Amino acid sequence: MLQIGPHQFTSRLLLGTGKFPDFQVQKQAVAASEAQILTFAVRRMNIFEASQPNFLSLLDTTAFTLLPNTAGAKTAEEAVRIAKLAKASGLCDMIKVEVIGDDKTLLPDPLETLRASEMLLEEGFIVLPYTSDDVLLAKRLQELGVHAIMPGASPIGSGQGIINPLNLSFIIEQATVPVIVDAGIGAPSDAALAMEMGADGVLLNTAVSGAKDPVKMALAMKLAIEAGRAGLEAGRIPKKRYASASSPVEGFSRV
Amino acid sequence: MKLQINGEALEVPDTVTTVTGLLEHYQLGGKMLVVELDGVILDQTAHGHTKLPEGSKIEIVHFVGGG
Repeated sequence: MLQIGPHQFTSRLLLGTGKFPDFQVQKQAVAASEAQILTFAVRRMNIFEASQPNFLSLLDTTAFTLLPNTAGAKTAEEAVRIAKLAKASGLCDMIKVEVIGDDKTLLPDPLETLRASEMLLEEGFIVLPYTSDDVLLAKRLQELGVHAIMPGASPIGSGQGIINPLNLSFIIEQATVPVIVDAGIGAPSDAALAMEMGADGVLLNTAVSGAKDPVKMALAMKLAIEAGRAGLEAGRIPKKRYASASSPVEGFSRV
Repeated sequence: MKLQINGEALEVPDTVTTVTGLLEHYQLGGKMLVVELDGVILDQTAHGHTKLPEGSKIEIVHFVGGG
């Protein structure tokens, strides 16, 4: 069970909803992923195209927990405003704090992220900050009382996987709240590795929406996350330098 | 009445007096959206009785796909 604030989830895969080829594929991918948490962005509505379909209107919103993000915000104040707009929908109380500090790498601004998280906690939000893999920042956010830490595996949409497993392992080891690896996942093996390392969940988007077959990749990610988690719980064997026979050494039949 | 909606200067008929009226004017009634009027984010239940002052700045936002 993944517990974030008052919410409980059986799925440990959080799925982003951006950049899918079309709503039909997206709907099937969401179903295949069995994700219970879906992220969204908040944007101005095109009021002159009222008939334009919106993915949310195709979803049974009561079947999912919506996790809006503050993407686009560059300061804590902007992030707080976006979070409040999202909450006023009446559809959610969780917020993914995303304050980007650099347009090229899309890496989060640690200071503004910290400030935004503090302000949002005071406002009573369930706060999930997207952060770099900085161990001390994760600790500081945790001390503030955030409900989960979401360190990036590598830059958003890069598909590079976990580029600093050591830092990630330090974050996981010292965590007192769920750690959700967010951003940079490319292959199912990346997601499985994150789970084997002890992450509580994985948030991904482009790895699925950008795959040749997003529906199949959604399934692959679900299975990888389940496999990684089961592997963690099962307890892997230690790595040894030399071989250790799996068949009995005694009793070999010789002529 | 002149309004600024999502950064654009627009004119709506004088029959539009409330937020609900404005949403209906643009055929947005019943859509999942959030309205901010002159910097104040409105509860869903407030649309019906919130009057639109001349020249107000209005933001109408919704959820779109994002990660």
